[in-house]
Amino acid sequence: MLLITCPVCGNVGDETDFHYGGQAHIRRPASANPGEVSDEAQRDYLYVRLNPKGLHFERWRCDRGCAKWFHMARDTVTMEIKACYGITELPPREIIAQIPPSNPWYGFFDQRQAEPASTAAEPKNAELESTGER
Amino acid sequence: MKLYSIFSLARNALNYHKDWPRAWRSPEPRPEYDVVIIGAGGHGLATAYYLAKEHKVTNVAVLEKGWLGGGNTGRNTTIIRSNYLQDESMAIYELSRKLYEDLSQELNFNTMFSPRGLLMLCQTEHELRAMKRTNHANRLAGIEARMIDTAEVKRLVPIINDSPNARYPILGAYYQPRGGTGRHDAVAWGYARGADSRGVDIIQNCEVFKIIRDDDRVTGVETSRGTIRAKKVAVVTAGNTSPLMQSAGVNMPLESVCLQALVSEPIKPVIDVVVMANTVHGYISQSDKGELVIGGGADAYNNYSQKGTLPALEHTITALVETFPIISRLRTMRMWGGIVDMTGDRSPIIGKTDVKGLYVNCGWGTGGFKAIPGSGFVFADTIANDRPHPIAAPFGLDRFLEGRLIDESVAAAVAH
Repeated sequence: MLLITCPVCGNVGDETDFHYGGQAHIRRPASANPGEVSDEAQRDYLYVRLNPKGLHFERWRCDRGCAKWFHMARDTVTMEIKACYGITELPPREIIAQIPPSNPWYGFFDQRQAEPASTAAEPKNAELESTGER
Repeated sequence: MKLYSIFSLARNALNYHKDWPRAWRSPEPRPEYDVVIIGAGGHGLATAYYLAKEHKVTNVAVLEKGWLGGGNTGRNTTIIRSNYLQDESMAIYELSRKLYEDLSQELNFNTMFSPRGLLMLCQTEHELRAMKRTNHANRLAGIEARMIDTAEVKRLVPIINDSPNARYPILGAYYQPRGGTGRHDAVAWGYARGADSRGVDIIQNCEVFKIIRDDDRVTGVETSRGTIRAKKVAVVTAGNTSPLMQSAGVNMPLESVCLQALVSEPIKPVIDVVVMANTVHGYISQSDKGELVIGGGADAYNNYSQKGTLPALEHTITALVETFPIISRLRTMRMWGGIVDMTGDRSPIIGKTDVKGLYVNCGWGTGGFKAIPGSGFVFADTIANDRPHPIAAPFGLDRFLEGRLIDESVAAAVAH
C-alpha cells in the first residue's frame, strides 16, 4: 500500500485516494502537419513504454483531494516514493542523479534540463517539436 | 524417458517407489546452443518441447533464473477458455484449448485438464449484448459456446445469488462447456520432461543479465553462470520482458503490473464450473483439493515485486461475496502475486524482432496459462523457420507500428 502526499494540496492518503496515470514526461510528436510524424514516433508515443525495474517517473491524480494531476518518482521494486512534484516540472535534480545507467530513464532528462524552463517539462501545443522524441 | 503407466506404477510399487528416475536432468550449460530460450515457464518449456518434437531442433537450452515453473506458470488461476472476440485471438486460443484436450496423452503426464465448463456472467444489459456479440463471433469460428439464461445459470451454479434485486443481477451468462481448468505445475513439468527427453537442456538458477548483440544480430546471453553463445535467442519472460529486451536495445510496448490471486481454505464441493464475473472483477473455481481459487483485476500501477496490495484483493472479494453469499465466512489460506506484462490492446506479442535471431513471446498479460500449448506450438514454428507461423503472424511487434491492434481490452472480459 502506497502512502502518498499530494504536492499540490498537501492531501495525505493511501493509493485508493489517488489514480494512476501511467508513465510521465511523454511528449506527443506533434507538428503543423501530422502527416510528417513518422510511424515509429507515433508508435513510441502511443504504445512503447520504458517500464523500468527500479526508479520510475509516473503521473498520478489526487482523486479525493484537489483532483489535480502531479508527477511521482517511485521505485517499482521497493515501492519507495522518492519524490512527488508538479505536473509541469521535471524531477528534482538529486532524483535524476540517482538514475543508474541500467535504467532506461538514464540520460532521458539531459536535454530537457538544458531547455528553457518554460518549455522544459510539458511545452504548450504550439511549442511541441516534430522530432518524435518522447 | 521412462513412460508412466499402470504397469510402471505397479512395478515401482514393489520397490516402495524408490527407483523412479528424475523427470528431467540438471545439466551444466554448454558454451553454445542453436537456440537459447530465456524463461522456463509454461510458454518457454512448450516452445522447447515443440522445437524438439515438431522441428527436430534439439540443441536447445531453456534458461531459468529461479526454479522451473516458479513464475506466472505457478501463480495463475489455471483457467482455460477460448471464447475471445477477435478472429486472431480465437485462432490461437482455440488451437491452445484443443491441444489441452489431449495434452496428458501427448506428454505422458497427467496435466489434469478438466473441461468442467466456464461461465461468463452477464450482470449489466451492455455486458449481455457484448457477450451475445462474442457468441456470434465464436460460433462463426466454430468454437462451441452458447448463451444461457438466469435459470440455467442457477442450475449450473446453485450457490449463486440470482436475486433480481442484487446490485448487479445475473441476466444470463455466456457458457463455454469445454472451457475449464488444468493443473498449472503439471503443464510445466510435463513439457519439461518431454523436452528434456528429446535432448533439451533445462538450466535452472541461471539468470540472464544481458542479451549480447553483434551489430544487427544476436550472438548469445550473459548469465549468472557465464556467457552462453546462441544462434537464436527467444525471450519468454513475461513480466520481466522489458528490461531484458532493453539490454538488446529494443524498447517494448509493455507495462509490468502485479496480478493477485488467492485460495480459500478447502471445503466440500460447492461449485463444479468456472465462473467469471467480469463487471464486478472476480472469477472463481474450486480446485480438486476443495479450495476456492479466486482471482480478480490487476493492481493499478507498475510493479516488479511480485507483491500486490490489499485494495485490489478487497475489491475482488467484495464482488464475489455479493455474487456468492455463502463464501463470506471462508478464511483465506494463501494469497500471492505475479508480474504480468500488459500490452496496449491486451493481446500477446509473438514473433521476430528487428534484431536478427532475436524472438519474443510476451504480453500475455492476465491470461497466459490458457495459451501455453498453442503459444509454444506457433512460437517454435516461428523460431525454427525464421518466419511467423500463420496463427502467430497477426501478433507480431509490427502491429504497433501499423496501428493494426487486436483489441481484446474489453472483449477479453477479464478485469485488466
